[in-house]
Amino acid sequence: MSEPIRLKVNGKSVTITVAPDTSLAVFLREHLRLTGTHIGCDTASCGACTVHIDGRAAKSCNVLVGQLQGSEITSIEGITPADGSLHPMQAAFKTCHGLQCGFCTAGMVMSAIDLVTHGAHATETEIREGLDGNFCRCTGYQNIVKAVALGAKGMGR
Amino acid sequence: MNAARESLIGRSVERREDYRFLTGVGQYTDDIKLERQSYAYFVRSPHAHARIRAIDAKAALAAAGVLAIFTGKDVASLGGLPCGWLINSVDGSPMKEPKHPIIAEDTVRHVGDQVALIVAESLAEAKAAAALVEVDYEMLPAVVDTATANQSKTAVHAIAPDNVCYNWAIGDAAAVDAAFARAAHVTKLSFVNNRLIPNAIEPRAANAAYSRADESYTLYVTSQNPHVVRLLMTAFVLGLPEHKVRVVAPDVGGGFGSKIYLYAEETALVWASKRVGRPIKWTAERSESFLTDAHGRDHVTTAELALDKDGKFIALRVDTTANMGAYLSTFASCIPTILYATLLAGQYATPAIHCRVRAVFTHTAPVDAYRGAGRPEATYVVERIVELAARELKMDPAELRRRNFIRSFPYASPVGLTYDTGDYEATLKRVQEIADVKGYAARKAASSAKGLLRGLGYSCYIEACGIAPSNIAGALGARAGLFEAGEVRVHPTGKVTVFTGSHSHGQGHETTFSQVVADKLGIAMDDIDIQHGDTGKVLFGMGTYGSRSLAVGGTAIIKAVDKVIAKGKKIAAHLLEAGESDIEFANGEFRVAGTDRKKAFAEVAFAAYVPHNYPLDRLEPGLNENAFYDPTNFTYPAGSYICEVEVDPATGVVRIDRFAACDDFGNVVNPMIVEGQVHGGLAQGIGQALLEGCVYNADGQLITGSFSDYALPRADDLPTFVVETAKGTPCTHNPLGVKGCGEAGAIGSPPAVINALVDALAPYGVRDVAMPATPYRVWQTIQTAKR
Repeated sequence: MSEPIRLKVNGKSVTITVAPDTSLAVFLREHLRLTGTHIGCDTASCGACTVHIDGRAAKSCNVLVGQLQGSEITSIEGITPADGSLHPMQAAFKTCHGLQCGFCTAGMVMSAIDLVTHGAHATETEIREGLDGNFCRCTGYQNIVKAVALGAKGMGR
Repeated sequence: MNAARESLIGRSVERREDYRFLTGVGQYTDDIKLERQSYAYFVRSPHAHARIRAIDAKAALAAAGVLAIFTGKDVASLGGLPCGWLINSVDGSPMKEPKHPIIAEDTVRHVGDQVALIVAESLAEAKAAAALVEVDYEMLPAVVDTATANQSKTAVHAIAPDNVCYNWAIGDAAAVDAAFARAAHVTKLSFVNNRLIPNAIEPRAANAAYSRADESYTLYVTSQNPHVVRLLMTAFVLGLPEHKVRVVAPDVGGGFGSKIYLYAEETALVWASKRVGRPIKWTAERSESFLTDAHGRDHVTTAELALDKDGKFIALRVDTTANMGAYLSTFASCIPTILYATLLAGQYATPAIHCRVRAVFTHTAPVDAYRGAGRPEATYVVERIVELAARELKMDPAELRRRNFIRSFPYASPVGLTYDTGDYEATLKRVQEIADVKGYAARKAASSAKGLLRGLGYSCYIEACGIAPSNIAGALGARAGLFEAGEVRVHPTGKVTVFTGSHSHGQGHETTFSQVVADKLGIAMDDIDIQHGDTGKVLFGMGTYGSRSLAVGGTAIIKAVDKVIAKGKKIAAHLLEAGESDIEFANGEFRVAGTDRKKAFAEVAFAAYVPHNYPLDRLEPGLNENAFYDPTNFTYPAGSYICEVEVDPATGVVRIDRFAACDDFGNVVNPMIVEGQVHGGLAQGIGQALLEGCVYNADGQLITGSFSDYALPRADDLPTFVVETAKGTPCTHNPLGVKGCGEAGAIGSPPAVINALVDALAPYGVRDVAMPATPYRVWQTIQTAKR
């Protein structure tokens, strides 16, 4: 067994020892039972498993827990307010009907927050390019693009 | 008196299901972890066709954590996965139905065919053990190509030596021949409707548990129709008592048809769960989705359209070969027949149509319904050949369509359907406005000035949805009813739980159905809960596919609501000491007509459950009604699409500059949800036209087996669609007047895109570009044409 990994998940300190081939996605889902992060592929293609590592979007299926010593992880559960309300980006997805089956949604929202925080999102083209790493098979992306623009406003970006 | 409250029908109410999906608390099948959970992994065939000489699983069985290993020998006495639709050949013989074993017995027939099921304490251990299973294969030649499968010396199944499942036909061949003999013009085109891989973002998954306490099974599964899964699995494969099996399809992450079918994996898991004595979970890896989800389309077609001197269509002749894959999936046989050839009239009054369909087996994954299912293939035939005819006759393609539109309803088509209503002129006229066809010439000139080619393409589609009248379906070979069931359970406080046999996997039924029920009962949407996807809760269900949920499932709910109101009137009449015929129900109140004497809905509900002052001598207590609804006809959504593309002849890159859609879905309950359905359908249709194509090599190896090789549309591949729902012609035979909207975009859009592309390439004399029209293929087409 490898040495214990200390990291923060959604603001809480976690110390764990896991098999070295444990991905962050499996760790969140199976060990912490944070099942809001979904696995749609295992090749970092679909983006359903997107979370934030130290504030930046990353595909958690393609990151090993062993790489995360001292990191801060935020999953969809971590951006959801405890009072039953929604993060401005989540609220924008609801307003704009930016989700249907919901399976890609958590990853899409996490990517969108990263995009409007760190990336170019002034135009529709920039938003579309910024979401290039996340598949949605239901919406045709149109309402997701609208949602990201609205969510950016809600986040003051 | 209260003012009548504003109707909820036609309002874009935000979705009630969104909170759980947005915050990560939805519950999908793979999220469920049961007590003493064990995990499954399937050893799959790496070969398209091979005989299994021997399987040595001794080392695997001894590996750490392994609980059990099952092979084809263990399940040989079980039934095969059934096909739900019998198609007879023109000579009267029934289609060939080879056994579809849940684990391959002595032969594997496609890459990914399951060879062994390994159950272990953990997924990692199951996978590690799989690597230790030694299978001795005798490799055999594979049949892969759709068009030539019937000429192969290799048979996929011994019972079909020429690989033909059936030879089927519809229409009046003699009338068609006669019309062709007198035609002023004939347009002919051969093409392939490209094979697609559905790729719902949630992979298929199952979790099966056996309870020794009451000898019952529970299966959680990614399904669009859990009751159908239960019925087929228990009655046809496992021989289990149906009432001892509960099938739950919880939140399901997209289906698009691929989650309709009974698959081998969940069936094997249910069977094995009793033998292992532990719950067993299996979740497909994406590579397994590519290899084993039922694929879609895969037709090879030659079509001929005969026109008279005035440009009227006088006959259509179609010959199609459809690939079934290695085994018959649940509805495979009816897709290229009943759901395809019956739609070949399109929106046009073509008096004579004949279609011949040859279905063939190949060593590829099974092919079944994928969003649109037969109707996209039919629309592609009709709308490509009509556009090509217009080009050959140097006619405006919109004008040629107008000249041939069906204009009086009901209309009995020569391929067996009766359209109840429609207004094709209205949607075509409107889409021309919203696509700004008037400004096209200027845009084309601007493109030319940049050295780019611009083209505009139409598609006027029709579909048959609201599947289906059971008696008609039965006469056509269906082995199941196609009604829907609903239950409205009114609680003592007047709150309502609705149980529906429809299944929502992205469609927003919890919102739309609540709107309908709230509107009918005059109570708040928050006082209504919609339950679906659980055979332990819902009385029965045929499920969600074929754009049927609101038209069929919604109608069943309305019928149950009507029964609730009818009983409520009896209760209210007693409470108000009035005659039952004097009671009116509106705005959530039972009222004695013409008076202010009334009882609120909740008061009547309370009386039904606390029947102290109640006509117990005549009326049972309680307020809980169910209904089954079997439609009397299909519904016929229709619309017109215009696509405008810009092509760079130097690179072959096709950019969709604009895409406009005007759909007639009849009445619309939630326009926001309906538009979202159209967006998604368009994305899949445009994906088929420009990006997606499933490719097997000659050995039957899947070349497009990953997201790196199979191009699902990403956000920057698609334009912003201009989508409008027409005021429309309400369906004449269901109470809501709705037609269905889930598949329209995928049905109507591929020919619009290719018509636009062919229009753009017209300067090179190009008549056709095969789908998917990738940059390489378009560039090649241009180079070939230049020579």
